[in-house]
Amino acid sequence: MEAKTGTWTEKKGLAQMLKGGVIMDVVNAEQAKIAEDAGACAVMALERVPADIRADGGVARMSDPDMILKIMDAVSIPVMAKCRIGHFVEAQILESIGVDYIDESEVLTPADEEHHILKHNFKVPFVCGCRNIGEALRRIGEGAAMIRTKGEAGTGDVVEAVRHARSVIGAIKQIQNVDDEELMTFAKNNGAPYELIKEVKTLGRMPVVNFAAGGVATPADAALMMQLGVDGVFVGSGIFKSGDPAKRAAAIVKSVTHYQDASILAEVSKNLGEAMVGRNAAHMPEAEKLAVRGW
Amino acid sequence: MKIGVLALQGDFAEHISMLKKIGVETAEVRLPKHLESLDGLIMPGGESTTIGKLAVAYDLMKPLQEFGKSHAIWGTCAGAIFLSKDIGRDQPLLGLMDIKVQRNAFGRQVDSFETDLEIVELFKATGTEHPYHAVFIRAPIIESVHGKAKVLSQLEDGRIVAAQEGHLLATSFHPELTDDTRFHEYFISLAS
Repeated sequence: MEAKTGTWTEKKGLAQMLKGGVIMDVVNAEQAKIAEDAGACAVMALERVPADIRADGGVARMSDPDMILKIMDAVSIPVMAKCRIGHFVEAQILESIGVDYIDESEVLTPADEEHHILKHNFKVPFVCGCRNIGEALRRIGEGAAMIRTKGEAGTGDVVEAVRHARSVIGAIKQIQNVDDEELMTFAKNNGAPYELIKEVKTLGRMPVVNFAAGGVATPADAALMMQLGVDGVFVGSGIFKSGDPAKRAAAIVKSVTHYQDASILAEVSKNLGEAMVGRNAAHMPEAEKLAVRGW
Repeated sequence: MKIGVLALQGDFAEHISMLKKIGVETAEVRLPKHLESLDGLIMPGGESTTIGKLAVAYDLMKPLQEFGKSHAIWGTCAGAIFLSKDIGRDQPLLGLMDIKVQRNAFGRQVDSFETDLEIVELFKATGTEHPYHAVFIRAPIIESVHGKAKVLSQLEDGRIVAAQEGHLLATSFHPELTDDTRFHEYFISLAS
């Protein structure tokens, strides 16, 4: 038989290999090495972490391919990179340089305010953000092979990550109790593809791997998200905007593995130095929130 | 029969659900004490660097090496890397199997593939003959086998993708991502 590449099993499968792990934002090869040495299961290559994107303002775009390639050369673990929502040419460029996963991300300035990329058109797998079950299943319908709850990136405040994870996981539980006759109306009310709602009911979980993102800054934050029921965590600004990135990165990796063991969580939480300063996400003006980007 | 699955990082839940499907009791292994009363251990796919660092940090290296002397262990992908003696780079390895492995041997994710394999030993053991459909993800290859290790399966071009050394088993691919339970059944026969 001919070997087949770029299949749905392959796309979903790489995300399954990342489960129980931490994916870290890095802006250069040195940070990527620090992340790999700390036990990251993948890195996200980008020019500025979300906290800096917030501070700088302006338009945030795909990173320089040369910088992404340097990070790909520096580490042996998978490398992800971000493109703007709806910017399928940035995605084509990222695919052509061989990144392992593309994040169609609300952290960058959207290129299309109505449509996301049709991700089934690509061989490379995509991860997308969501705030609720409808948004998650719309993205999967477009071909996302991995989902992350959005949280509020670049804040160091876990409150939005918790809100979105509870919303998605709560809806999955709710679907288990919805009669088959009521599923179409549930799909309509949530703006979710009917076939995927049915699949969630059969599986009792999301059809693809679901990580948490946006505001995780401490080992306790990471373990909180794991106990809520996500498969792993993204940490963006939380590591390299803290006082001792290498130590904090290793501690968060351990906290995701031992998320149910409070004595280990206590041990890894000791003497980590300054956490990132943080910004209260719940009181942030709506216009500054990145999570509302996505349709 | 109780089989542990190393649950430091990776797709351990997928292995557990395959084992449950064939009626085997399971346990997640994160600390040395979790190895007690197990008849065998599966080390899942994931990132081998992450799994190795966590095994070192939680003093699992020696206990896993001891366990492997008398019990069956099966490593899939990252787990196969972790079982091996040599991968030509510096990262924690159990060194239990006399095989040389190359990480990410097929390239990056866009080169990951699915294909059918002929695995004579597996077909004999399970009394079946239909091809084994294998899923490779940023997969390693087994460059060479030494000593008592033997080749179980090769691609058409001769590259080795499964090997066995007594009760130790290494596969480059991911039986836990398919519905085919034959490899799990084969491993249980080694653990019995």
